[in-house]
Amino acid sequence: MDVSEDMPLLWVLRDHLDLAGTKYGCGIALCGSCTVHLDGIAVRSCALTMSMVEGKSITTIEGLSQDGSHPVQQAWKEIDVPQCGYCQAGQIMTASAFLEKNPNPDADEIKEAMNGNICRCASYSRIFKAVELASTKMA
Amino acid sequence: MRTSSLAGGGLIIGFNLFQACKPKAAAPIDLASLNYNDFNAFIKIADNGAVTIFSPNPEIGQGVKTSMPMIIAEELDVAWNNVHVEQGILDTHNYTRQVAGGSQSIRFGWEPLRQTGATARQMLVNAAAARWGVDPSECTTNEGVITNAAGESLGYGEVVKEAAAMEVPDNVKLKSIKDFKIIGKDAANVDIDEIITGKPLFGSDYKTPGMVYASVMRPPAFGQKLESFDDTETRSVPGVTDVLKFGEKIAVLANDTWTAMKAKKLLKATWKADTTLESTEDHDTILLGLLDGNKFETLRADGNVKKAFAEADKVLERTYESPFLPHNCLEPMNFYADVTDEKIHLVGPIQTPERTAMMIAEMLDREMNQVHLEMTRMGGGFGRRLYGDFAMEAAEISNLARKPIKVIFSREDDMADGIYRPAIKYRIKAAIKDGKVTGYHLKEAAINSNMYGLIPNFFPAGAIENYQVDVAKYNSNITTGAWRAPYTNFLAFAEQSFFDELAETMETDKVQLRLDLLQNVKGTKDDRIQYSPERMEKVIKMAVDKSGWGKQPEGVFQGFVNYYCHNSHVAEVANVVVEDGTPVVKKITCVVDCGIVVNPLGAMNQAEGGVIDGVGHAMFGDFAFKDGEPQAKNFDKYRLIRMSEAPEVEVHFMKNEFSPTGLGEPTLPPAGGAIANAMKAATGKRLYKQPFTKYPELLSMPQKEIIG
Repeated sequence: MDVSEDMPLLWVLRDHLDLAGTKYGCGIALCGSCTVHLDGIAVRSCALTMSMVEGKSITTIEGLSQDGSHPVQQAWKEIDVPQCGYCQAGQIMTASAFLEKNPNPDADEIKEAMNGNICRCASYSRIFKAVELASTKMA
Repeated sequence: MRTSSLAGGGLIIGFNLFQACKPKAAAPIDLASLNYNDFNAFIKIADNGAVTIFSPNPEIGQGVKTSMPMIIAEELDVAWNNVHVEQGILDTHNYTRQVAGGSQSIRFGWEPLRQTGATARQMLVNAAAARWGVDPSECTTNEGVITNAAGESLGYGEVVKEAAAMEVPDNVKLKSIKDFKIIGKDAANVDIDEIITGKPLFGSDYKTPGMVYASVMRPPAFGQKLESFDDTETRSVPGVTDVLKFGEKIAVLANDTWTAMKAKKLLKATWKADTTLESTEDHDTILLGLLDGNKFETLRADGNVKKAFAEADKVLERTYESPFLPHNCLEPMNFYADVTDEKIHLVGPIQTPERTAMMIAEMLDREMNQVHLEMTRMGGGFGRRLYGDFAMEAAEISNLARKPIKVIFSREDDMADGIYRPAIKYRIKAAIKDGKVTGYHLKEAAINSNMYGLIPNFFPAGAIENYQVDVAKYNSNITTGAWRAPYTNFLAFAEQSFFDELAETMETDKVQLRLDLLQNVKGTKDDRIQYSPERMEKVIKMAVDKSGWGKQPEGVFQGFVNYYCHNSHVAEVANVVVEDGTPVVKKITCVVDCGIVVNPLGAMNQAEGGVIDGVGHAMFGDFAFKDGEPQAKNFDKYRLIRMSEAPEVEVHFMKNEFSPTGLGEPTLPPAGGAIANAMKAATGKRLYKQPFTKYPELLSMPQKEIIG
């Protein structure tokens, strides 16, 4: 791929690889819309340049499951989380990486883990419930 | 209504929302020959009975892409799980009101959408009856199957071709509310599978071959214009395809978003002040000056407030102040345009597709029939996407570049080039005589524009004998406009905080004061009073009951608010609990009367989101200007509410058979007042200015006096 080394991963995904599920929200790693997994850890793809991700394994929302069958995606569907839906890929990526590390979180741990992801429509209670539900599915 | 049969089998019914019952059948058209650009508002039924319903209005997260088709499906009488929903394109000939604004999609769509579904159902029944040689009145339908008196049945798909040739019936019968099978039942967001798998649904995801991305440099401060610029460095960036000046702006075109944004930063532009460079401090002085002055426009006046104040035993007067607010849709503004000699193709997130298409046609001196506009799902709207400035930029740039382009705002562009909620100050004065509220005078001082429509006639209009609403404005060069629940988003806080304090001054019960005032409105002949005292009373009583108002354990402090806007009645009760010496908003109970709730699952999400949005902006939303320049341009300096700060919200909908009213906005305005009143109960300190967190001393518990 012919892109400059300082290009953030977010834009390579969106504009060059046509993986538009990862969203742009702020460009300064403060809203969480662009969250992807880098070697299994949730990271903000707007703040990672291509030179920083070389040789690393990257999973986007498109790669979490082919068909929406990942337990976190299923929980999101069961709870019917989204309003506008724009932030949800980032929310799902943050939640899925978090639950891999901590499959049985308590309420405070969920809130802390999800606090970096803004939902402008404020579907927070459903996001919270979906993380809780996903944890029971993953346990 | 237009009908046509499909070559591949199927019926297409174009539904003009307000002419749905007028016979207007066109000759059947072959599917292959259908031009979807010209013919797009329809119910589509395939041979196998599968139904596609096109949703007419823009989807900004308010859920109409799910709930509007539900209304059609109900009267069409099909199984909801057999319905596929697609977004209709701009076609106001068929769809009429294609606007996401004022919480009015369902309210205005309710009757026409029901008529549309019922008319289609009747045509299918008529076709089946004709085939059987029976009277249509002996046929019944159930989930896409027509049955006659003899017990024979036919699926909608089996009669769809004959139905297409049927005359469009007049005066079709609508279902009884008690027979609803879809309306009132939870339905998942129709885009849920696409959202959770990251499919390209949004305007920012849209692209076409050959499209380039445009990042636009606009004046950094309101009141500035472009003097000169040097684009040498910008043009040297690999991937930059062009730099174009248009108006006071410069567009950098590149092969990807990042390159366009990065190269824009390399532009060397000089700006000069064209008009006054305004600051928030100046606005504060100006607006308070307006409130102190006497240059008002009176929007409503009952009785004689002056006399009421002169004769009062007691007078209470308070001033409430709010800042500008940016919308901060999480998907920043963007729009696609491809302007060619033949047509103007526009794609993107817009709440007002028709008005925007018209403005673009006018700007480029083109005919409206050359404009083809497709609406995408929107990453939030909140009023910002009522304004088509970004779409006009896209069209203007594409017209200059003569290629498909997409304008993309960075977050900084989005926040610094906004059309903001204007800063507003209210002053409210009430007269108390013999234990009654005898006078009420509300004054508004706002940037650029004042409250409109029926707002001056909202509660307590009609409840107080001497009542007056006066407004004044200051014309600023800062662009302002509608922000979720315009005016009421702050007015509700001001008035409902005032009532709380008024009750304290009168030493009367806070809820009883509101109920007593409502009694005065019953039986009013004033048609400007559109809130219902009876419905409001029920909402208040339900909120008292559900929130356990007045029955809380020690350490829980409550604040009460009731409010009417967007034709809906709402009451909210906030619970503040002191944790580690700090008062925290833990819960808000919200009771809503918005008539029939079409999709409770979606409605609950709207209501909760509205409350938390109201809490978030009342607590944190602060947006100041210095010399015309916004002082916050991203989330490092502008705080939006996050999960850990969001209180629990418990929503109850009143169950009744009134036609639906607004829901996208009405739960937001009461939230600020509810938490302010609860905070006052906890701390003893009253909040008059938003955002509350700007005044931390008012959000703390009183220091205990140490004696000894």
